[in-house]
Amino acid sequence: MIARMLRPLLITLGLTLLWQCVVWLSAAPPFILPGPLQVLDTLLQQLPLLTRHAAVTLAEILLGLLCGVLLGLASALSLITWGGLRRWLMPVLVVSQAIPVFALAPVLMLWLGYGMASKVAMATLIIYFPVTAACFDGLRRTPTGYLKLARTLGASRRAQLLQIRLPAALPAFASGLRVAASVAPIGAVVGEWVGSSTGLGYLMLNANARMQVDLMFAALLVLALIAVALYFLIDHLARRLTPWQADTLLNPDAGSAGSR
Amino acid sequence: MDIRLENASLSWQHHCVFSGLNLDLPARQWTSILGQSGVGKSSLLQLLCGIADDADVHGRVYCSDGKPLAGRVAWMAQDDLLLPWLSVLDNVLLEARLHQHGRCNAEQRERARYLLAQVGLAQLADARPAQLSGGQRQRVALARTLFQERPLVCMDEPFSALDAINRLKLQDLAAQLLADRTVLMITHDPLEALRLSDRVLVLQGRPARLSAPITPPGDAPRQVSDPAVLSLQGQLLELLAGGRA
Repeated sequence: MIARMLRPLLITLGLTLLWQCVVWLSAAPPFILPGPLQVLDTLLQQLPLLTRHAAVTLAEILLGLLCGVLLGLASALSLITWGGLRRWLMPVLVVSQAIPVFALAPVLMLWLGYGMASKVAMATLIIYFPVTAACFDGLRRTPTGYLKLARTLGASRRAQLLQIRLPAALPAFASGLRVAASVAPIGAVVGEWVGSSTGLGYLMLNANARMQVDLMFAALLVLALIAVALYFLIDHLARRLTPWQADTLLNPDAGSAGSR
Repeated sequence: MDIRLENASLSWQHHCVFSGLNLDLPARQWTSILGQSGVGKSSLLQLLCGIADDADVHGRVYCSDGKPLAGRVAWMAQDDLLLPWLSVLDNVLLEARLHQHGRCNAEQRERARYLLAQVGLAQLADARPAQLSGGQRQRVALARTLFQERPLVCMDEPFSALDAINRLKLQDLAAQLLADRTVLMITHDPLEALRLSDRVLVLQGRPARLSAPITPPGDAPRQVSDPAVLSLQGQLLELLAGGRA
């Protein structure tokens, strides 16, 4: 237990040490690569500024995550409910992924303005496909035995979808959610780079232009913290969503539970 | 209620596995069908359950009360098919939950608990299926089948995944709990069929035919060491082995 609490701390410490060693060995000037202490100092000094911009970015990420997941879930459910839809919607989905989101950013900016809407749209767009694909796969791969059993029990199609297919797809949905949580920040930050007046991405670009490299690194650090925290939060949520999925990685006996 | 399946046919990749097959299931009797793999036993059973969608199987089903059979059959497969996200109790209640938007009333709960007690798992009602052993899981599946109160129970090799001792125990339990139902059981195991059934049929040949019924003497569950059972087992094994040659 103590080891589990200590491990993230040790990893952070080790990475920081590595960073400091690179600074020492390369003897890079502070405006190219500032040391961890200097960045930490800037972080504390500029905390109000960083918090203000971080709040904007966090809001964009969360809204994008929400929209992307809801949209993906709805698409997957429609695909599974209306079989004919698949032939029409699947190619559209694939094409939507073939166009790099980065290339779409200026267009979205043009349409939705420099405010939050365009960044939320970017995050949504980048999340949409992985979530849809994961959910659709999960819904499609319900063990046929479960469905046959439900039919002998006289379940309606609706009951089969809601009480058999949907819960059986939850583990797949959970992995889609994890992927979404790790790519959502990319969408938001790219949006901010292309054009904005707030957010961590804007702050980084701005600091870079003014050679405030320490501030840029501080913003990067905050962004990384947000991304990691978000991932662990979603991971925790996903585990709560699928409590029957025992962690076979942590427990070597879990796989043989059936033949105990 | 007697059930009669008439003129059943099954083809697999355009080859006829059987055709013109008639099967009688007398009311409140336990009928077993023995046969090798690929002879179409499971398809026959799934035809009666109305779930034979991966096979090209047809036939007409008549019930002695003149009503259709659909919705009056309970299915128990080799795989227990317990839903991993539901507790043991909720798995037994599955039929009620599927018809009532995932809810069930106190009376149904009470009955499910009673059935779990009958299969000896009262204390595990709130456990998840993953915490159960193979034998325990199959007991829950049996309780779920009993909860349905359908006149016909179709079992597809229900105990074949269990070890010998667990299998004997579950056979005794099933014989006791399903005593007043009409049962059709598919199995590989001649001893299992002879211990539990009122009528044992053998499905074999090409195209496959059903043999005349063998009726073991005495009441089920019969003892493993019963000489009549053992001698019939010898006959059945010879019959099955002869069909392969």
